[in-house]
Amino acid sequence: MRRRKLSRRDILQGAATLTAGSVFATPLRAQAPEPIAVTSALVEAAKKEGKLIFYSSMDLPVGEKLGKAFEAAFPGITIQIERSGSERLFQRIDQEFASNIRAADIVNSSDASHFISWKKNGWLMPFVPEDVAKHFPENYRDPDGLFATSRVWLSSIAYNTNLVKPEDAPKSFADLLDPKWAGKMVKGHPAYSGTIMTATFQMVRELGWEYMEKLAKQRVMQVQSSTDPPKKLSLGERAVMADGNEYGIVLLKEAGQPVEPVYPTEGTPTISGPTGIFKTAPHPNAAKLFQAWLHTRETQQFFVDFTAQYSVHAQVQSKPGRRKISDIKLMKEDAEGVEKMTEEIKTRYARLFRV
Amino acid sequence: MTTITATDTPKRRIDFTRPVLWLFAAFMIVLIVLPLSWLVVFAFTDKARRPTLQNFVTLFTDPAFLDPLMTTAIIATTSATICCLVAAPIGWLVSRTDMPGRQIIRALVTASFVTPPFLGAVAWELLAAPNSGMLNQLYRYLTGAEDPLFDIYSLTGLIFVISCYTFPFVFVLVANALDNMPGELEDASAILGGKAWTTARRVTIPLALPALVAGALIAFLQAMTLFGSPAILALPAGFHTMTTKIWSLFQYPPKLELAAAAAVPLLLLTILLLQGQKFLLGRRGFSVVGGKYGAPRPIEMGVWRWAALAFCLLVLLNPVFLPYFALLNAAFSPNATTLVTPSTATLHNIVFVFTELSSTQLALRNTVILGASTATVGTILALVVAYVTTRRVIATHRLLGFLATAPVAVPGIVLGVGLFLSYTRPPFVLYGTLWILLLAFLTINLPSAYQQLQAAFATIHPELEDASRILGATRLQALRQITAPLLRTGVIATWCFIFIGVMRELSAAIVLFTSQTKVLSVLIYDLNESGDLAAIAVLGIAMLVITFTVVLAVNRIPMFGGGAGARLRNS
Repeated sequence: MRRRKLSRRDILQGAATLTAGSVFATPLRAQAPEPIAVTSALVEAAKKEGKLIFYSSMDLPVGEKLGKAFEAAFPGITIQIERSGSERLFQRIDQEFASNIRAADIVNSSDASHFISWKKNGWLMPFVPEDVAKHFPENYRDPDGLFATSRVWLSSIAYNTNLVKPEDAPKSFADLLDPKWAGKMVKGHPAYSGTIMTATFQMVRELGWEYMEKLAKQRVMQVQSSTDPPKKLSLGERAVMADGNEYGIVLLKEAGQPVEPVYPTEGTPTISGPTGIFKTAPHPNAAKLFQAWLHTRETQQFFVDFTAQYSVHAQVQSKPGRRKISDIKLMKEDAEGVEKMTEEIKTRYARLFRV
Repeated sequence: MTTITATDTPKRRIDFTRPVLWLFAAFMIVLIVLPLSWLVVFAFTDKARRPTLQNFVTLFTDPAFLDPLMTTAIIATTSATICCLVAAPIGWLVSRTDMPGRQIIRALVTASFVTPPFLGAVAWELLAAPNSGMLNQLYRYLTGAEDPLFDIYSLTGLIFVISCYTFPFVFVLVANALDNMPGELEDASAILGGKAWTTARRVTIPLALPALVAGALIAFLQAMTLFGSPAILALPAGFHTMTTKIWSLFQYPPKLELAAAAAVPLLLLTILLLQGQKFLLGRRGFSVVGGKYGAPRPIEMGVWRWAALAFCLLVLLNPVFLPYFALLNAAFSPNATTLVTPSTATLHNIVFVFTELSSTQLALRNTVILGASTATVGTILALVVAYVTTRRVIATHRLLGFLATAPVAVPGIVLGVGLFLSYTRPPFVLYGTLWILLLAFLTINLPSAYQQLQAAFATIHPELEDASRILGATRLQALRQITAPLLRTGVIATWCFIFIGVMRELSAAIVLFTSQTKVLSVLIYDLNESGDLAAIAVLGIAMLVITFTVVLAVNRIPMFGGGAGARLRNS
């Protein structure tokens, strides 16, 4: 690599112009509350509630595994995970709040810009876990303590090794426009998936809408969730994944499936998933406990090891044998930018890809 | 046809019928008129609720709306035609011939009806996705070909899958009509020298025609308003139908006005079709169960019996054998579309669905509760309305009949929005509860339940009730003692029909569910969007097992006078 070697921290800080820094430079800036650790009082209060409802867009087996780990750590609390695409969850949460339904305790979105809206609406509860205060970079946590980035991951290209030889595989987004890939690609949908929304924003910013126009002419198989393209790829349904979760590809590859990730030369779209508690949470203590537990070094390490995603917790190590995020050329995140362009992306995308 | 109206009845005992009926009428009006009026309001107004036709202008000048409309018309017409072509011969073979295995064929058609269309669509993804589909894999293996044999992600594929799970609607109506047709009429034709074909042309077909036309209509409407199959198969192929287009309008920020307006063409088309049906069938009366009849004589087919059976089984390969095989395979497979062998079989998917997937229990419970309650309330409602309309008990019977049929014109997804608009504000705040889903499922299933029971009533001549009432029984007594036993089969069938309908329902649920009121269909649809096919297979099989168990159990419950005289002609 010709690029200067950067530390993981540098990359994460440099690559991300995340929600936190820019958005929250508002004049009415409250102070974040005192950091809180997992105390026995909190555990007891959470156990009295006995339940937690977690809205999340994480790949289902990944999310449920995390849920089971929480249940194992705090017996007596059951967790119900509402998994759907982030854009769908965003719409549902909006619909539920509009009807005075307060079902959700805590939410993890793969579109960081959603937290801008929720913060503006005043829907989030300030709560800062001790680990977040101590070990999370500033631009990965809300200055008012409303949320913190629980995970970072990528949307990459990938190919099925049974169907494509490594030397023939695409190396860049530009390569995907080669006529030989027509009818052979699968991708997610930005109106369903926050990952794809974020990735589409970054790709449009770097490559322009012309790129998307050309890609749309390639007869791409259009699935919804960013967790689906890796699965369609490993089934052999399509030879190349134009976008989708890189962590899904890494996990499938480690499980022996014939898939291989490609980090495009133009840079790989980067996504961060913040987690925050709703003010109206029906199980507020369980939600606080979960938020505190989720951001501890142990949980973050477990999460990274098990899900092949990345953590911004300063003490978390990448799993040996896996590619380090610092070795990958990343596209910059810009949640504010995404928020401004959401409508345009949904409309233009639907027009180009016809669904 | 003479009917005795309420005013002619003996006055000695108080007849509670009328107040009860008016109550039902009021309930129906709230149930159906409320969501529909909200839809109309939204279709003809802008965001500030000022009257405008702009929504329709947008709709009819944008190819992004016109294409789906055309596509939907093509799908509905072709599917309805295919359904009739397939269902009519099978119905006739099962009802009128000595083909072996008729009960099995009936059971298998029931199985295709019980299978939710979205589950069938997922199963067909497993079978006929162009590259990973098992049938295509087999084809490539056998022929060495490069290109796939089938591509389920196409208009043809979608029409095929929709037909697979719509033809039972036609079958049920045709087979029932043929079952209930008295043998004497055909015998009379034969005695008078009519050849087999003459009898068929002059007696059997005319008597079965109303059922076939009604079946074609239902098939058309089903195909038109289906959401799950198009969402699963059309979107990856890069096209929309009206329902998926309407669904996409609910994405954030929701464009409810356009969605409501987009429902209007579908509504008009349905009204047109219903009128067309009336025109075609004219005013002919078809009540054929009056006094006593003999069972029709089965037609002897000789060696053709086996050919007929082979034909039926071949047809049923598509909605039943192949998809169930694909689902079973996926449930035990580490990779959804790899053929399971004893050495690769895994219980992992089953363990995942029942011990790790946190929504499973909740969705199972909600679905069974909703299925049973909707079926019970719906059957009672449909029974009353069917009685009122066939016997013309109250002056507004036409209106009631229209109300009971009207929801058929409203795609489930649009009805979902109508209900959402109606029940998220006082006085009825039902969103977030199972009640709103109950209302939705009730409304959606009412038309077919009503039509089924109306058909059942229509075949029972009022002379039987009249006889009872002349002998001094009240209307309710006559109903309980005479009509109910005759209707028992129809009532149980309708209950099961609605129960299955609830299990199959996705389009309204997808708009109305919340995390606490999730149902199985929504869970399966979510799993499809994230590509968790093995989990779908497990849940789908669980769903089918529940449905079959409930349906079989219900058929054994003695109701309305127990097992005695389920059908007059059998006793």
